[in-house]
Formats: sequence, structure tokens, C-alpha cells
Amino acid sequence: MTMKKQTPVRELTFSQAVNEAIRQEMRRDPTIIILGEDIAGAAGRAHLGLAEAWGGPLRATRGLFSEFGPERVLDTPISEMAFMGAAVGAAMTGLRPIVELMFVDLIGCCYDQIMNQAAKMHYMMGGQIQVPMVIRIPYGTHGGPYDTSGGRPGYGGGAAAQHSQTLYSVLAHIPGLKVVVPSSAYSAKGLTISAIRDNGPVVVMEHKALGSAAKGYVPEDPYTLPLGRAAVARCGKDITLCGIGRMTLVCLEAADKLAGEGIDAEVLDVLSLAPLDESAVLESIKRTRRLIVVDEDTPTASMARDIAARVADKGFDWLDAPVKTITSANTPVPFASVLEANYAPRADQVTAVAYELVGK
Amino acid sequence: MIPETKKAMSRDQLLWVYQRMTLIRIFEERLKKLVESGVPTGPVHLYVGEEAVAVGICAALDYSDWISSTHRGHGHCIAKGVDVRKMMAEIFGKSTGTNRGKGGSMHITDFQVGMLGVNPIVGMGVTHAVGAALTSKVLGNGRVAAAFFGDGAANFGAIHEAMNLASIWKLAVVFVCENNLYADATPIEFTLAGGSIVNRAAAYGMPGVRVDGQDVFEVWEAADSAVSRARAGQGPTLIECATYRYYGHHQSDNPLRYRSAEEEEAARLRDCIVSFRARVLTEGLLNISDLETIDAENQRLVQEAVEFAKSSPLPEPTELYSDVYGPDFS
Repeated sequence: MTMKKQTPVRELTFSQAVNEAIRQEMRRDPTIIILGEDIAGAAGRAHLGLAEAWGGPLRATRGLFSEFGPERVLDTPISEMAFMGAAVGAAMTGLRPIVELMFVDLIGCCYDQIMNQAAKMHYMMGGQIQVPMVIRIPYGTHGGPYDTSGGRPGYGGGAAAQHSQTLYSVLAHIPGLKVVVPSSAYSAKGLTISAIRDNGPVVVMEHKALGSAAKGYVPEDPYTLPLGRAAVARCGKDITLCGIGRMTLVCLEAADKLAGEGIDAEVLDVLSLAPLDESAVLESIKRTRRLIVVDEDTPTASMARDIAARVADKGFDWLDAPVKTITSANTPVPFASVLEANYAPRADQVTAVAYELVGK
Repeated sequence: MIPETKKAMSRDQLLWVYQRMTLIRIFEERLKKLVESGVPTGPVHLYVGEEAVAVGICAALDYSDWISSTHRGHGHCIAKGVDVRKMMAEIFGKSTGTNRGKGGSMHITDFQVGMLGVNPIVGMGVTHAVGAALTSKVLGNGRVAAAFFGDGAANFGAIHEAMNLASIWKLAVVFVCENNLYADATPIEFTLAGGSIVNRAAAYGMPGVRVDGQDVFEVWEAADSAVSRARAGQGPTLIECATYRYYGHHQSDNPLRYRSAEEEEAARLRDCIVSFRARVLTEGLLNISDLETIDAENQRLVQEAVEFAKSSPLPEPTELYSDVYGPDFS
């Protein structure tokens, strides 16, 4: 990931980077609208001096209502089927809607609009129309290790089985959808702008724990990152750790620990699940000859196993060790912190498997 | 006794209405024979019997307005002005079809004439009409969207969400329920709580009107005022059209397994084309030669469509891989 030109650079959170991407694009193109539940909040209460009660459930859309007004920043009723479908209809007829689905767990409420409608229109209609829409979806568990020191409550505090899932594999599975998973403030801004400018439906998965936590340097000027490309987050020669979204940070944490043990790990940030940058994975294992894929989704029919299968198919001859996958448990997400902490992959699991593969 | 109408169609409108209703009828009857002979293959849901609904609604729309459709969409397409040659070619899976052979009967689409797509996921197309109306509102271009759906879809969640959304946002949508009494093979009395589709409009704060869907004049009048209201920014309307499909749910469905021959005969006695002809001739609005000229022309159009479809090339095998994604942005 290199910057195209020198522009002022500031430290932003992941959410601030997403916000800036949307804001800059909405200034550029009046056909961009944004809709979803509580994008602003307090809709229609301006006479009480109230506006933007929420600015999005994760505050990523804060300030957009004040700048662009109710015509372009639309708080919807809790009607996922209708507003996702309306976004498809609007995208086909001249707008470029950005839809926020509050959590990926709600995808069942509007999955048809995504997988049968948005994803298929361009193909099924013989290419006569485009569906330029962005679907932003927060996902993921609470994140972070179980903390007994009092930093986090030890009795619960996660959001449990219906508000903590990852589920991006059910989107990446659908031909016609592009699915990206930024891992940093920098990739969040670049991929969000690319998603907005793309001419088809693009899903941007935003990990909940990164929203306010993942701070990083972000150029002020708009920039794009290519959809369908992975990025090397850390160069190494002994093993490739392939991360998706927050798992890239887990891989980087593991790589730091491995470095202390004399193992030079490369971290590949997948960034795009569909299309998947298969050649970047293959190029990396040509260098390192070992691969661990770390994926927060559940294992069955997962991206982790898809990547592993592709490498088994096309990169077998370069491998010195079996490909390993580390995923969340094949269970619903539990509530109690002590259980949730054991649910998603952790750096210590990654290092343990790495030792095994490298033979140390 | 045919009720008096408050508004009158112009001669051009009358000719257009007759031409479209009969073109649908001839197209569908011909397609039925073709399908029964084995080609084309694939599911086909015939619109025969319901012509006055599609044509009455589209008679009130401008060329640039939008419609969304259902699995039973050929009538909507023809009423909105889709070229029957391209439609037939699509149903035959040919590269000259509206969708270049990649959609078939259940996905015929033509954005050039405002046709947002036949959509066989029952009820989902309605939300796309709502989206098209949202585009109209944001861009301020005054285009109205009519959303067709059946009595089966009337019980589907997306319809209710769509009505609520269109109403709170005052979108220029006309919801058109084609109540043909059967959701596939299940009679309406078994599926509809409350006994009325049109009454549900009140719950969403919009006017609802139930009309005789076999009377194109009644449908048109209701559509005309709903479209005017929508275009004036006053929001959506629900029109329930009481109608009947003459054939089964699709080509392999025998409707006599779930309804009586007597019921079918009674419905056919109220045929929308027969009653239109009787009325315009009795009232001297059109003469027999007007109608015969249109009939002959329609026969020619459908014959031409069939020949075009049969003689058109199949898609290239590599088309399998094209248009999965749109063109890249630069």
C-alpha cells in the first residue's frame, strides 16, 4: 500500500476514515445517497434542537446529515428488505446508494435483495444496467483477549450469537458481488472510496472492534485502493500469515512474537474476498513455502478453507508444510467474555501453529 | 351494464389500449402453443385474461415512467412498450433477446422503455419500484414508478415494508395488486387475513381503490388519478384489480386441480377484450375496421417475433463468463 502523492496525513480512527471517504465522495457526486437505520438518528426532531442522535450505530456517519440533509442522508424504518431493495432500484435508475446494514447478523432479513437482486441484475439483464451500490456491514466479535485485570468485564459484555457474527463467506460466495474487508483506517478509506466509485454492488465489511480502536495515518485527499487486491502488511521469508480484517492485526501481533523467536513471518492482508487476489497468496508462499490462513468466520465453507483449497490446487509444489487454517469455533458466538475470548482466533494460536510448521 | 366513466380516453388512447391488450393476448396464446410443442423450454407464466390491468395502468404512465413486474410479466412488458421480437428471442434464449439470452421469460428487462425487470422472487420487484421513485425524488425528474404484484405477494413482507417506506417518504409509486384469486395453486380465502387487500392501504396511510380489473377503463381511471397524485408529490396509492388468469400458474399447471370449470367459464364471460370491443363499437368510439386493422397488424408482429426468435443466433458459449461484474471504474 503506497500513497499515490504527497497529501496532508493525519491520524484517524477506522470509523473516521470511513466517514471521511463517504463525505468526500458525497461532495464530489450529488447522486450518492446514504441510507440505513439511525444513519443520523432523531430524524425530524430539528424543531426540538435535536439532530443526529447517533450518526450511525458505530458513529461512522456522524455529521453527514448536517452537511447533506435529509434528501441524501435517509434514516429508514427497520425494514431491511425494503431499504436494501429500494437501494437496488435506486442504483439501477441513476443514484449511487450507500446502504448501511446495522450488523451482518441482520443479513437474513435482506439476503434476497443482496444475493438474488443486487448481485445478479447486471448479468441476468444481459449487461444492460449497472447496480452501483455499496453495502457497508459491521461484523465481528467484541474482539481482544479476555482480560482478567479489570480492563474488561469478566462476566459478559459481548453481544452473543445474533450480534457478533462474521458471515462474509455467504457474501463472497455469490457471483457478481465484490466483498472487501479493510483492516486499518488507511485501507478503510481507500476501499470505501473504491467501493463507491465501482459500477457494481460492493460489500464493505467493517469490524466493530476496529471502528474506534484502529487508528492510523490517513491522507486527507481522496484516494482509491484497487478492489480485488491483497497487500503485504509485513514482509517475511519463513511463513505467510494470511489475515482477513481484524485477523490481519492478530497476524501482525503473532508475527511480532515470532520475530522474537527468530521466525520471519510475512503477513498478507487479504483485503478483498471477492474477487480474491489468488496470485498474491501464491506469490507469497513461493517466498515462504508455508501458509496459515486466519479467519474470524466459522470454518465450514469458509474463506480460510477456500484459500487453502486454492493453494493446495495451484501452489502445492511450493509448499514445505501443510496449509493450516485457524478460524472461529464451529459454534454460535457465546456471550460470557471468558467464552467469547476462546471463540475467535488469537495470536497465541497463530504462533503455536507457526512453530509447528517451521519446526521450532 | 358497463358503468359510465368520468374521464374519456382519446381516440389514440383507445386504439393504443386495444392494440396492446390484443398484442398481449396473441403473443401469449402463440407462446402457449410453442411451449406445448416443446420449444422454447423453461418456465412460462402466461398473462392471458389479465390484459386490462397491465394496459390500463400503463395507459396512465409516460414513456419515461418506470414499472416493476412479477414472474407473470409478459403483459407488463408489452404494455410498457418492450419490443415483442426481443421478448420472444429472450424467451427462446437467443443472443438478440432483451437480456441477450441470459434471463429468459422470468427476467425480461428493458430500461430503455422504463421496464425494471420481470422478477420471479415474489414481491421483491416492488421494492425496486420504490427505489426508482426514490431516484426520481432525489434527482427531481418527476418520473413515477408502478409496481405490479399479485394477491400471493400481498402477504409477503417486502410488500408491506415497501408500502410503509413509500408512504413515509411520499414517493411517486403506484402499487398495483393483480388479484387473480390464486397464489400458485392456493386460493385467496386460504391466504388472506382480513378479507381485503385494498383495505391494507389505510394502514400505510395511502389511498386504496379496488377496481374491476377486467374493465380497462376502470383500471385506467384509477391509475390516472394515482399517477397524478404521485407526480404531484402526494405519495403512493394502492390499486387492487380484480382479475383472473385463464391458464395455470405456469405451462405445466392444470388449474382444474384447484378450481372448477364453472368458475373458469364464468370468468371468461367477463373477458376484458370482448367487453372492450363491445363497448367501443356500441358507443361508436371505434369502428370495426379500426379493430380489424389492429388485429391483422398484431398477428403480423407476433409472427415476425416468432420468426425473429427462431432465426436468431444462440449466445456464444463464452457469454457464460461475461457481465458477472460491471465495467471497472477509472
